Amino acid sequence: MSTQASRSAARVMLAPSVILLLIWMIVPLALTLWFSLLDYRLLRPEMTGFNWFANYTNFVASPAFITGVINTLLLVGGVLVITVIGGILLALLIDQPIWGQGYVRILVIAPFFVMPPVAALLWKNMFMNPTNGLFGELSKSLGFAPYDYLGNAPLLSIIVIVAWQWLPFAALILLTALQSLSSEELEAAEMDGASAVSRFWYIMLPHLARAITVVVLIQTIFLLGVLVEILVTTGGGPGTASTTLTFLVFQESVAKSNVGTAAAGGVVAVVLANIVAIFLMRAIGKNLDA
Amino acid sequence: MARAVTTERKIITTVAAWTVALLIFFPILWMILTSFKSEADAILSPPVWIGFDWTTENYTQVFETSNYFRFFMNSVIIAVGSTLLGLVIAVPAAWSMAFVPGAKTKDLLMWMLSTKMMPGVAVLAPIYLTFIQLGLLDTRFGLVIVLMLINLPIIVWMLYTYFKEIPGEILEAARMDGATLRAEILFVLLPMAIPGIASTVLLNIILAWNEAFWTITLTTVDAAPLTKFISRFSSPQGLFYAKLSAASTMAIAPILIMGWFSQKQLVRGLTFGAVK
Repeated sequence: MSTQASRSAARVMLAPSVILLLIWMIVPLALTLWFSLLDYRLLRPEMTGFNWFANYTNFVASPAFITGVINTLLLVGGVLVITVIGGILLALLIDQPIWGQGYVRILVIAPFFVMPPVAALLWKNMFMNPTNGLFGELSKSLGFAPYDYLGNAPLLSIIVIVAWQWLPFAALILLTALQSLSSEELEAAEMDGASAVSRFWYIMLPHLARAITVVVLIQTIFLLGVLVEILVTTGGGPGTASTTLTFLVFQESVAKSNVGTAAAGGVVAVVLANIVAIFLMRAIGKNLDA
Repeated sequence: MARAVTTERKIITTVAAWTVALLIFFPILWMILTSFKSEADAILSPPVWIGFDWTTENYTQVFETSNYFRFFMNSVIIAVGSTLLGLVIAVPAAWSMAFVPGAKTKDLLMWMLSTKMMPGVAVLAPIYLTFIQLGLLDTRFGLVIVLMLINLPIIVWMLYTYFKEIPGEILEAARMDGATLRAEILFVLLPMAIPGIASTVLLNIILAWNEAFWTITLTTVDAAPLTKFISRFSSPQGLFYAKLSAASTMAIAPILIMGWFSQKQLVRGLTFGAVK
């Protein structure tokens, strides 16, 4: 099939995609690297020239940096734990013989289609707001004082909001994987007297391992970039209590207009994302061989 | 034998699954309910569930006072435009990879995917400044380009996995009959791949519609889509719960409906074929 003619045609057909993505990848990255070595502030155009690695040292030495790293790890880790464990339980539940399984799936998947600003404001105003949010009302009806979730536990509140958005994704993918498990295998194990727990542990979980890996890696990529949810709920605060690395870089570039430091932070973020990306590529690449 | 479940057990699991599902869906339901309340009813303590005076005034008010339609149209143009543009660029690439695979095809696919891993915030400043230079800031055209580039790897990937399921012999037969490459793709390949193309388009419109980083940072007024419109409610206006709910409901309704139709393809598209 692959004659000489079709080979060269194939190259021509590939060119637009490859060239566009190459530009999209290299130009901004090169500019970021370049800016990260410059003294470049939009509000002070008189300052020019290289300051070499000062941007990096400034970014890393700022007190918000360590907080940002810790908060990023907590946010990503927290959401992953909730969505993976919740997703497995949810997938197992929906996979049971139930009436209206299709409708249950539709209800469960819905939050994934809600755009981030809507999800964040919905939770912020109508649930977590201490004056007239539903959680506050619930506390009042039980005789407790309403709790200011976003004020007192900002990071945890954001974790809850983001987990709500991603739980459907995890559940849907794990459910799809679960449904590809042959029921004969499970039935055979049941006949042999395997308990429900050991059937889950020795048959289902190993079968789900691949899907879990994919869920963890894809979510990590997206979770490292979570910004809007923080921006519209807490703005990174109070103080830096809910500032993540991504938010910190955003703040440097937008609020402080310090392009140089933002670029240095951006390079740090790229390195971090690439470490995750390498693992993701391996997991997906393996599947291509199969 | 094991699949013969007792009715009793089925009732229990059904109740459990529906309870959990309704809890997960509840925030959306509450938002929809609130959108039909008056502002006074929306903040009533204790809250009213369904026994309030249902009104559609929030919807009409959002339309009248906020140029809602323009934001909505911007969302439509950006989401649909970037998807279709991506499709035009991706179809030839996916054809190459699926039907004329070379030694490097797999690496190329991997590399394309890797461009999606770049954190947006890291390149925000260069992109923003470049956009100013090129006069693309706050234009729909600029956003169409950026969202197309972001989603291009997914479009190529999805099309590739769908094209691969089509036997190459059929295309070869068309060529034997003297069809040009263009005719081969347009009149033989594409008609056979319509279901796959449809789900690719659907998923990418959903992703572009909900994309909230570039659409918020690269727009101010003219090209601002619904993501930007809603995020403005984070200021004191957000206290108008009923209006926020009405605006939000309208912003997510089309995508919610499209999403429900594309659940199955969603898994395949979002995991790059790793989970089917």
